[in-house]
Amino acid sequence: MRITFLPILLAALALGGVSGLAQDEITVGEFASMSGGSASFGQSSHNGTALAVEEINDGGGVLGKKIDLITEDDRSMSGEPSTIVHKLISQDHVIAVLGEVASSKSLEAAPICQENHIPMISPASTNAKVTQVGDYIFRVCFIDPFQGKVMAKFALSKGWTRVALLTDVKQDYSVGLADAFQAAFTAGGGTIVKDQEYSTGDKDFRAQLTSIKAAHPNAIFIPGYYAEVALIARQARQFGIKAPLLGGDGWVGESLLKVAGHSLDGCFFSNHYSQDDPSPVIQDFVKTYQAKYGTKPDSMAALGYDSAKILADAIKRAGTTDEPALRDAIAATKDFKGVTGDITLDADRNAEKAAVILTIADGGFQFVERVAP
Amino acid sequence: MIEFVQQLINGLSLGAIYALIALGYTMVYGVLRFINFAHGDVFMVGAFAGLYVAPLVMRFSNGGPSWTGMFVILIFAMMICAILGIVIEKLAYRPLRNRPRLTVLITAIGVSLFLENFGQYAFGVDPQSFPDLIGDHAIDIPAWCGPFTDLTIMVSQVLVFAVTLFLLIALRFIVTKTKLGTAMRALSVNPTATSLMGVNNDVVISFTFGLGSALAGAAGILISIQQPSIDPLMGLQPGIKAFVAAVLGGIGNIPGAAMGGLLLGVIETLVVGYSDVLHIPPGYRDAVAFFLLILILLFKPTGLLGRVEREKV
Amino acid sequence: MFERHKVTLLAALAAIFVVSRFSGDIGPYYYQIILFIGINIILAVSLNLVNGYTGQFSLGHAGFMSVGAYAAATFTNYASVHWLGMLKPLGSFVSVSLLFGIALGLGGLAAGLAGVLVGIPSLRLKGDYLAIVTLGFGEIIKVVIENVDALGGARGLSVYAVYTNLFWVYAAATVTIYVVLNIVHSTYGRGFVMVRDDEIAAEAMGINTTKYKVLAFSLAAFFAGIAGGLYAHLTQYINPEGFNFLKSVDIVTMVILGGMGSTWGVVFAAVILTILPEWLRWLSERPFLPHWLAPLLENRMIPYSLLLILLMLLRPQGLFGRISFKRKHA
Repeated sequence: MRITFLPILLAALALGGVSGLAQDEITVGEFASMSGGSASFGQSSHNGTALAVEEINDGGGVLGKKIDLITEDDRSMSGEPSTIVHKLISQDHVIAVLGEVASSKSLEAAPICQENHIPMISPASTNAKVTQVGDYIFRVCFIDPFQGKVMAKFALSKGWTRVALLTDVKQDYSVGLADAFQAAFTAGGGTIVKDQEYSTGDKDFRAQLTSIKAAHPNAIFIPGYYAEVALIARQARQFGIKAPLLGGDGWVGESLLKVAGHSLDGCFFSNHYSQDDPSPVIQDFVKTYQAKYGTKPDSMAALGYDSAKILADAIKRAGTTDEPALRDAIAATKDFKGVTGDITLDADRNAEKAAVILTIADGGFQFVERVAP
Repeated sequence: MIEFVQQLINGLSLGAIYALIALGYTMVYGVLRFINFAHGDVFMVGAFAGLYVAPLVMRFSNGGPSWTGMFVILIFAMMICAILGIVIEKLAYRPLRNRPRLTVLITAIGVSLFLENFGQYAFGVDPQSFPDLIGDHAIDIPAWCGPFTDLTIMVSQVLVFAVTLFLLIALRFIVTKTKLGTAMRALSVNPTATSLMGVNNDVVISFTFGLGSALAGAAGILISIQQPSIDPLMGLQPGIKAFVAAVLGGIGNIPGAAMGGLLLGVIETLVVGYSDVLHIPPGYRDAVAFFLLILILLFKPTGLLGRVEREKV
Repeated sequence: MFERHKVTLLAALAAIFVVSRFSGDIGPYYYQIILFIGINIILAVSLNLVNGYTGQFSLGHAGFMSVGAYAAATFTNYASVHWLGMLKPLGSFVSVSLLFGIALGLGGLAAGLAGVLVGIPSLRLKGDYLAIVTLGFGEIIKVVIENVDALGGARGLSVYAVYTNLFWVYAAATVTIYVVLNIVHSTYGRGFVMVRDDEIAAEAMGINTTKYKVLAFSLAAFFAGIAGGLYAHLTQYINPEGFNFLKSVDIVTMVILGGMGSTWGVVFAAVILTILPEWLRWLSERPFLPHWLAPLLENRMIPYSLLLILLMLLRPQGLFGRISFKRKHA
């Protein structure tokens, strides 16, 4: 068994490498966490991306060719993005890479894309370092410093000068957003009365909430993800904490309101778009997404969708998939009407777009105001 | 002062959850000398069993909360988990009964990983909302309690506490006063001698596993009532914490597990709640459990209530 | 003690050097896999020293890997900025090699020190307890890194440059195998095996079991640290979540598959288990596959965990194991 196994394995691998290159297709790679701890975000962004590619192909494709989307699962594990992006670039010969949601995975893959001059568009990585890796790395979301400033300014404008922080210490998104909020908030004259932390996957936040309650904040900033935020809100209300909760785009998720019930009423968070925005671009997207997947799209799905559409738009503008023409076209993206807003990529290849502040009422999200960069 | 009392209540409530899960762990270890890594994942299956059967049961109460409905779902989940536990034992652990403990431990890790990942495949990765089975609300503390009226205690917290206590007593009864229980204790001392006395070891072991898994299932339902968001990976963290609690109290010792659970819950809660006073960032909370574990194993490896076992050559 | 096969070692190193000169022709995807194979070989062979030869079940090996990774990365990040310029006159090959060598060495030493720290308290424990304590130490290391901002915390640490290449990885792997084989066939090795087979008898014979256990732990940790350093300078980015319990389980699986106590068996297992997920990935993309099967294969943990269970049921001594898993006595 042991002697014959290995050669067969190697032969199978070798055969696998020889994949027929379809000349009438544009191959685009995607890497996402389809399983493991971050799977809910990975699957969301993948759903959005896949929907976009489907729509593009139904409309005849780009430059007369259909897009072949190759998706690889990084299993929420470090070390995987490196391997699979290498595979996408050297084995599957993709012309661009879409991914990832988690900044840590994007940071692992970015140097590889940069070195190979393959453009990489991250849908939702908010750590500023990601695009600093090189000029082939882009993102269609805003970065932490901006979102943090938006909510800080909002809190100050409402007169909430004493705010408690509750950060997810295991997520770089949460830590980054909390830091940005704190910087802008204290610069604007506010005080952070309590700094508490939790970990992704926690279900009991009573210790942190009791400690926060004793500090009597006007508001609590919770820059985490919806799974924990929903439970935090419930438990906060059970404790009789009446202060409004503030957050970021990580709040958007199908289970948020189902689990939180009414505990999030009257709370505010920043997002890329509002599901109720009457603009046809957004409404069509929400409708088609719901029809295909049975749930409303969260912010990861919307960003995944936009990342694919911006890539297609850039290919069209460049008229080719060769480098550096494609890279330059992506970099020149200006006022692209995406579902997550009017997107212009700035000199640092980050998305310059407005944020919206939403509140929760009547079992859904409601638009409050738009904040321009 | 009130803050401290509230934190104590929080800690005891969290501790009761650990204790509930730890009971099953410690029982299986006590009888079979085996850490069932998959225990936390059976707990997860219990929660999902409850999720799927709840709509059926709640039809009788017009979709609203009902205590009878909750007990029906509880019993159902316990049964499902008991069957799951017995099946796992028969397929994965029984063939390895005479092998070194290491082998079974690795198999248990394999079962745990399988349940988690297959759960992600079968149930989806997103957290799902668990229905409010009992109409949970904070208990109204009468005004004559003075400043203590401000304390928040949820009905679900009291429920978990009460059930843990009940199960503790019931388990102790089963183990000390019934024939099966005596067989279990005999098995833990010397399996060969026990079978020589006419006991069918296979039956006793299956029963132990079934009972332990049923306890995990009960924990799954009760905890989901208190923290109504369930997902396939929910058993990982509580599983490990419950194991630490069981070791803290003395693994194999049933009241010890309960005590260990409560102690761990309180310590964790106080470390997080008073993080600025203690200068320990609350992010270290998970490390606290392991740190305690290492301390206990260094200074009193048999746990707080455990008996010293001499290894005979 | 290191007299055995000194010539073979030097010959192997020379051969690797020659091969690495031609490694530019391998596609980057396969090149990466080959490097990961080498790193996993170091991890598995070092863990085998603890689990296989000394019979101490350690579930926290990834923790030592992370200590090495962070130590090496921190040194490189600092030294590359401050000292690389000064060393330029020596030529880039020499200066980078010097820097990287020191980084790896520091990583190994830091990890080795951690191994001593973990080994000492863990000594008194056996079997299951030791497993859980090592798991605990792995988690504690992870939590500490997550909370130290200077190391990047949960946001991870970017590494200055990719210094790892075929030569470094396989030279380190060869040295690891060489050292482990030599130690195992020396009086130390006899000591390890005695501790594994019957600790009480060993003590009764006058063997200082403490010394052997700590030695095994710290040596294994040293090599794991080197593997960590190589890993960090390959992926150019590390974060604590990448060194979690699942990673430790991955390494343990290699040791078990290879057969605890067989160094070459473990090497073989490391090769197989590094290629396996890529093969599963390839398999799940084949069009002839029934479509319900694909997602079950893509989440490689599902077939992996089943493999682990089947392995324990059917062949617990692994492919090449020499430990007898005979029935326990009454």
